[in-house]
Amino acid sequence: MVKLCQSTIIDAPVDAVWAILRNFNCHDRWHPAIAFSEIVGGEPVDAVGAVRHFRLNNGGVWREQLLTLSDKDRRLSYCLLEAPLPLMGYVASIRLKPVTDSDATFWEWRSEFNPPAHRRDELVKLVSEGIYQAGFTAVRNLLQRQNRGMPIGPSPAIAVAPSPASTPHVARMAAASQVETTRAILVERYGGPEVVELREIALPPPASGEVRIHHTAIGVNFIDVYCRTGFFDLLQPPGVPGMEAAGVVEAIGPAVSGVSVGDRVAYACPPVGAYCERRNMAPDLLVKLSDDIPDEIAAAGLLKGVTASFLLHDVHAVKPGSIVLIHAAAGGVGQLLVQWARHLGATVIATVSNDEKAQIVTRLGAHHTIVYSRDDFAESVMRLTDGKGADVAYDAVGNDTFGGSLAALSVRGHLVSFGQASGPVGNWDIGRFSSKSITISRPNYAHYTDTPDKLGPHIKRLFAALRHGVIRIAPPKTYNLGAAAQAHRDLESRLTTGALVMTA
Amino acid sequence: MTKVYVSSVIPAPAAEVWKLVRNFNGLPGWAPFVAESRIEQNAQADQIGCIRNFVLKDGGRIRERLLALSDYDLSCSYAILESPMAVENYVATLSLTPVTDGNLTLAEWQAEFDCAPDREAALRHQIGITVFQSALTALKHRFGR
Repeated sequence: MVKLCQSTIIDAPVDAVWAILRNFNCHDRWHPAIAFSEIVGGEPVDAVGAVRHFRLNNGGVWREQLLTLSDKDRRLSYCLLEAPLPLMGYVASIRLKPVTDSDATFWEWRSEFNPPAHRRDELVKLVSEGIYQAGFTAVRNLLQRQNRGMPIGPSPAIAVAPSPASTPHVARMAAASQVETTRAILVERYGGPEVVELREIALPPPASGEVRIHHTAIGVNFIDVYCRTGFFDLLQPPGVPGMEAAGVVEAIGPAVSGVSVGDRVAYACPPVGAYCERRNMAPDLLVKLSDDIPDEIAAAGLLKGVTASFLLHDVHAVKPGSIVLIHAAAGGVGQLLVQWARHLGATVIATVSNDEKAQIVTRLGAHHTIVYSRDDFAESVMRLTDGKGADVAYDAVGNDTFGGSLAALSVRGHLVSFGQASGPVGNWDIGRFSSKSITISRPNYAHYTDTPDKLGPHIKRLFAALRHGVIRIAPPKTYNLGAAAQAHRDLESRLTTGALVMTA
Repeated sequence: MTKVYVSSVIPAPAAEVWKLVRNFNGLPGWAPFVAESRIEQNAQADQIGCIRNFVLKDGGRIRERLLALSDYDLSCSYAILESPMAVENYVATLSLTPVTDGNLTLAEWQAEFDCAPDREAALRHQIGITVFQSALTALKHRFGR
């Protein structure tokens, strides 16, 4: 039995260090050896028993299980379940203690394991130096970057909500003696693409608790169409639609902390108002962008990526071996669902409307692709699964596919209806669902993302997945802000594949 | 029950710091507020149950019983039997932990006690800052910083 113990002093308050280390799935954000990590089955990261499944930069796959987590003692322990190295019986623990006279942190990392005798020295060195000491250095660097306000963060770079106790920044905008304006797309009344108009609208200085963002790229989503038509009442005409954009913080109102002028940020959240050059909004749900995430990828992918994340992990936890049916698989969310579900180990059956889109989703990794304009997809799913059916169907098509989705499910299957591109699904007699004990979910984006705590895990998972190539977001089709009506027409006509963004 | 906790990083290996602080009769050698100390009844200073009887530089006298001493954990616990401070059930622990990075030592000193509610804040400050922290600061200076 080898016992290792490494410890260091980190020049940061113990709570700041603990905030990083207590997150059992955060190590890919700071440890240089780790390429990608996720919690198996979408368990909460602080659930004792959670298993993290991660890949090192050298390709090795590891699984570790959380055994102890104590906020009281600032201690956690975990064991190894699977590793490419013979670290037999490896159990490790981390504990932190405050250094009260300098507001620093003592961090100890210890472990026990049984290496084969001939590899003992090599493994001891690898664990002590390659894991523990490298980890100390990485967390130290991370905290320094955080102090300098750089946009890489362990608790996924979510800007801190304004706190009355914090020092307010002085607004940079001069008190508006002359009214500033910005170009924006206005929905005058609910209706078709023709109701949107490019206008010059007033832009007051950011109020208390607000920041001003200068947009560089604005996401165009089907939810914007629903806002325009009045299907959702998130927008009251006359109003500016849009819930997703990337840009740069240009000014900060009073009583805002955690955000600085010049920060690259993105968001995917209500309130509507993204279809404009510049806007003011509360910073709570702003996501700081790290250098490796371009603006247009963020604007193209944040809403869809976060949606894919909660659909695959929270609404239904896709597991290795799951049979997953994905409609509109060549669309924005669809493309992400296909890639991510495949990475999670599922068998992916994708439906698309034509052969060109079929080629796209096949390239993305769909195991089976069905052109639903030609083949009955419910029959095809049953044939492909030997009559079993899909464990889960992700259906944002709505009216055209809802009935077929029900028919394509397995016994105790789960229909996740998260959109109605072809129209509302209408009324259904839920008594019929007992024939297969079907579960239906109708998730609402806001209920999975409307606080930093809910949004944070999805952002972290999404950025890690992007960074490590689990999902790729194709360069979006771009439009000028003035061409918003055309963007909507293209989106509604299903001529597009992948994401649409507007440049401000 | 009131708790006090302070800690410092001492710029020396734990074994070296332990040599100094394990001596239950050694406070005058490093704690700035202690004038003289003796072990009662001719006991050894590392005999569990022994009582140290020491005089503060301000003239106060304190008697403390050694409750636990561990050369394995580098820790020492004791209880106050008699003191000018109005505390009851006072038990304190001084412990050292090696910091492998740089070969330093984390020194922690904590105490739990009961007292009159209106005295709590003053006692926490007196014990935490005036006694424990100033002694740890003295240790830091003694080992070079």
